Amino acid sequence: MSRITADMMNERRHLRGLIPTALLLAVCGTLAPSHVSASDGEKPREVLLWHSYRTAEEEALRRVLDDFEKEHPDIKVRTLGIPYDAFASRLTAAIPRGRGPDLFIFAHERVGSWASRGVVVPFDDGVHAPDLEGYFPETVDALTYEGHLYGLPLAFKSIALFYNRDLVDEPPATTDEMVALAGKLSDPSAGRYGLAYPADDFFFHSAWLFGFGGKLFDADTPVLDTDGARMSLEFLRNLVLRERVVPQEPTPALVTRLFNEGAAAMVVNGPWFIGEIEDDIDWAISLLPKVSETGLRATPFLTVEGVMIAARAREPDAARSLARYIAEDGAVTRAVVGRQSVAWSPAYENPRVGDDPVLQAFLDQLPHTVPTDNRPAMQAVWEPARGALGDVMRGGEPDVALARAQSRLEGAVRDAPAQRSLAPYLLVFGLLCFAGVGAWAYRSVRSTAATGGLMAEARRSRTAYAYLAPAFAGLLFLVLVPFAVAVGIAFTHHEGGEFYFVGLANFRDILFGESYGVTDPLSFYFTLLVTILWTVANVALHVTIGLMLALLLKEPWLRMKGVYRALLIIPWAVPNYITALIWKGMFHKQFGAINGVLTSLGLEPVSWFGSFWTAFTANLVTNTWLGFPFMMVVALGALQSIPSDLYEAADVDGAGRLQKFFRITLPLLKPAMLPAVLLGMIWTFNMFNIIYLVSGGEPGGSTDILISEAYRWAFERQEQYGYAAAYAVLIFCILVGYTLSTRRVTGGEERS
Amino acid sequence: MSREPSRFGKVLTHACLLVAVAVAVYPVLWVIKMAFSDTQAFGLSASLIPDRVTGANFKALVTATDDEGTWLFGRHLLNSVVVSTGTTLLGLFLACTAAYAFSRFKFPGRRAGLMLFLVTQMFPGVMMAIPLYILMDMLGLLGTLPGLMLVYGMTAIPFCVFMLKGYFDTIPRELEEAALMDGASQFVIFWKVVMPLAKPALAVTALFSFMTAWNEFILAATFMNDERMFTLPVALQRYVGDYGTEWGMFAAGAVIVSVPVVALFFALQRNLVGGLTAGGVKG
Repeated sequence: MSRITADMMNERRHLRGLIPTALLLAVCGTLAPSHVSASDGEKPREVLLWHSYRTAEEEALRRVLDDFEKEHPDIKVRTLGIPYDAFASRLTAAIPRGRGPDLFIFAHERVGSWASRGVVVPFDDGVHAPDLEGYFPETVDALTYEGHLYGLPLAFKSIALFYNRDLVDEPPATTDEMVALAGKLSDPSAGRYGLAYPADDFFFHSAWLFGFGGKLFDADTPVLDTDGARMSLEFLRNLVLRERVVPQEPTPALVTRLFNEGAAAMVVNGPWFIGEIEDDIDWAISLLPKVSETGLRATPFLTVEGVMIAARAREPDAARSLARYIAEDGAVTRAVVGRQSVAWSPAYENPRVGDDPVLQAFLDQLPHTVPTDNRPAMQAVWEPARGALGDVMRGGEPDVALARAQSRLEGAVRDAPAQRSLAPYLLVFGLLCFAGVGAWAYRSVRSTAATGGLMAEARRSRTAYAYLAPAFAGLLFLVLVPFAVAVGIAFTHHEGGEFYFVGLANFRDILFGESYGVTDPLSFYFTLLVTILWTVANVALHVTIGLMLALLLKEPWLRMKGVYRALLIIPWAVPNYITALIWKGMFHKQFGAINGVLTSLGLEPVSWFGSFWTAFTANLVTNTWLGFPFMMVVALGALQSIPSDLYEAADVDGAGRLQKFFRITLPLLKPAMLPAVLLGMIWTFNMFNIIYLVSGGEPGGSTDILISEAYRWAFERQEQYGYAAAYAVLIFCILVGYTLSTRRVTGGEERS
Repeated sequence: MSREPSRFGKVLTHACLLVAVAVAVYPVLWVIKMAFSDTQAFGLSASLIPDRVTGANFKALVTATDDEGTWLFGRHLLNSVVVSTGTTLLGLFLACTAAYAFSRFKFPGRRAGLMLFLVTQMFPGVMMAIPLYILMDMLGLLGTLPGLMLVYGMTAIPFCVFMLKGYFDTIPRELEEAALMDGASQFVIFWKVVMPLAKPALAVTALFSFMTAWNEFILAATFMNDERMFTLPVALQRYVGDYGTEWGMFAAGAVIVSVPVVALFFALQRNLVGGLTAGGVKG
């Protein structure tokens, strides 16, 4: 989940590439901070390390760094722990500005993209050729991109087989054994399963894909429609639909719950799962089984955390020696205190590491893993692959699902548009500006005739301008300048760290592209329709519910108003990252509270994420819950603008409740409510995190809205920043067009 | 609405509100359960009461220190309070003046100006982070609390301006004209006549500005160079990882973060009711 969130957040980095071509750099260049190197021999050299470790891993790192400082009194290490979700964007913002760290710890997947954009420098830079003897070769491979090693491997993470020892005596050696054993331990109607894992997550499915001899790359091109993939999908279908030994909709939260309740005998999961297991479960870990059909071991993806040297590091030499120290000297501490599967093999000679059954299990799995491909093209694979898994788990044919995924993958790998000359565009842009200025001048001349001079009028309005100036200055500087940069990017294409000008090609491909039909979820028009539906439905519900509650809370005789109001704004107050996921859990087909209510009313349980309308409803319900308190608060405020003597007069005239509502409340509420409604529309139009967290675009990307589609183009489909920015500009144009058509709200004419 | 409704009407109103409260609160009960449970799992089990209730998550969060012994939670809370209060004051000040100008004056560029405020909300906000980073760096505000206040303030202003303008529009001008007759200056009218009448809208915008700053973590995590300068949501988001999340800690943090918001609203809400009296408006 958060892997996706992180991707969404990181789209900002695309802006960096264009900045050299933008006006900004001219300014930045002169004002860029100059870094004074602190290595004058007297003061200790300071090395800055960024990481996103938490709890035990952070504690282990802290101890390793203390030891390092004791051994190297001339070097002082400063650390900064950054949330994972902000990490990548922060690196790409800070490093080119010379404000980055000297070294940082991160997973290997982005190495290709960072290396091509000059965010990291090779660890083996010709002068330094580190001795890699002691590192497990798989972990070194993961950090190698185009022949260079980017960083030293610290720890590796893969999935393995967890099992409940009260239920399973001996872990299965083959998949046939596993299915047979799981069959004996499953009773789906009682909510008991032999095996549970997030089967719809491609990271987990990779174990079967490679176990069936599948592959993901044909030379440099990613492929999904292969024989291995087909067999692995048949296997998945067998697990979920025929044998029913794996639950449908197996979210990570459900997997944890089942295992902790003793209702899942085996779980495929990674080391992060250990902290979630309850104390009273007697569990153990083993290797994943061999695939019976091929005789190959199930081979999952491998993630390697490396310590990397940042470009523009101030103390690159000290950073290198610190990196070595953390990776090698600190390996035992990291394994024992931080519970890490360390990549430094000599550490396992220490009995406290080598005799640890958990670390041993993941070490056994290591030779049977494939490092996630670190080439940028890999990013395009996740979304279509996940779609194929979802299709099969909902009863689709593996062949059809794979063909669909393959075409989606090819649709996402867009041919690079041709480079264009900037000159004709500049000319047209210049003409447009000229025409704009001309039109403005003409209008002001006309209004001069009418009102006696624009300048004179402006002079008379000095007070008004004085009131406006502070807000305006801030707005111009902080919002419009970045906005201009983003618009510029929409006219470029990004590939391998380079941006080049492509004219209107991105817009042409979005609006008139012929790769997919209008009803395909990838189509702009389909997504636009969904977005409009999403916006209208949400705002209508927010306003209706918010207003109704505000009216109820206005009753003068009502007691405990304050308590009601405070309780009703709770959905707004609690961070929505966690509540959105709770709603997703409540929509679970088998274990969710909502289907629980439905079945207790004698209705059929609904597979909420199986069809467009139900998935859309799930998103809508969640977002309504999150959004009504805001509208309620606005309505509470707005209701105060209605003088109560109007109601008294209406009472005298004998008006009914409904009459009063439609004749007095609603019309008089409008001026104070409309701005919130309009802004609510704009926000909802661009509100994608709920869609990401709840339906994730399922089924088949159909519940995505324009903004989430833009994010996918930027991060999940080969970093097409220009294309994504063009989406953003179109979103902007649609919203401006809509607002202009509702001038009443923006103009001041409502009081004329 | 001065008439008392029937007994049935009263019961119905309470019933509606109770249902709404139940729906609003039910999902949050799971958050509270996770916060008090002793595992870090995302708790979706059948029972709403944890098997073993423990305050360990809260204790770990509240007592966190860095390696120099600085009390991190205290610093984060202080930073959050300072930034959110600063954002609220800045946002309210700038928005009040601008909204007043839009509501009470006719001047060239008025319509375009209003549109401009709206337009800033239309471009996906997160696209702005790197340009903002560069601007903050140039202004020397990178890693400072005033820098964050400035950015959050600008994010919150468009809504505040529109909300306040809409409300100012409903305040009869006769009051101000009367004050003008009495020789009051434009500013005095604004401060002494309009502002007190706009209390309900001010309360709404204050809450909104506060929330804008209070829950934001991406920009704060990107701009701040020292763990001691982080705000609470940044510290909270640290528990969300690539693969696993310490849900117990996250939930405890979510509860801690939510309490001040509800408390603030509780304090502000008396301004949401009875702001105007009919007599006051008649002037």
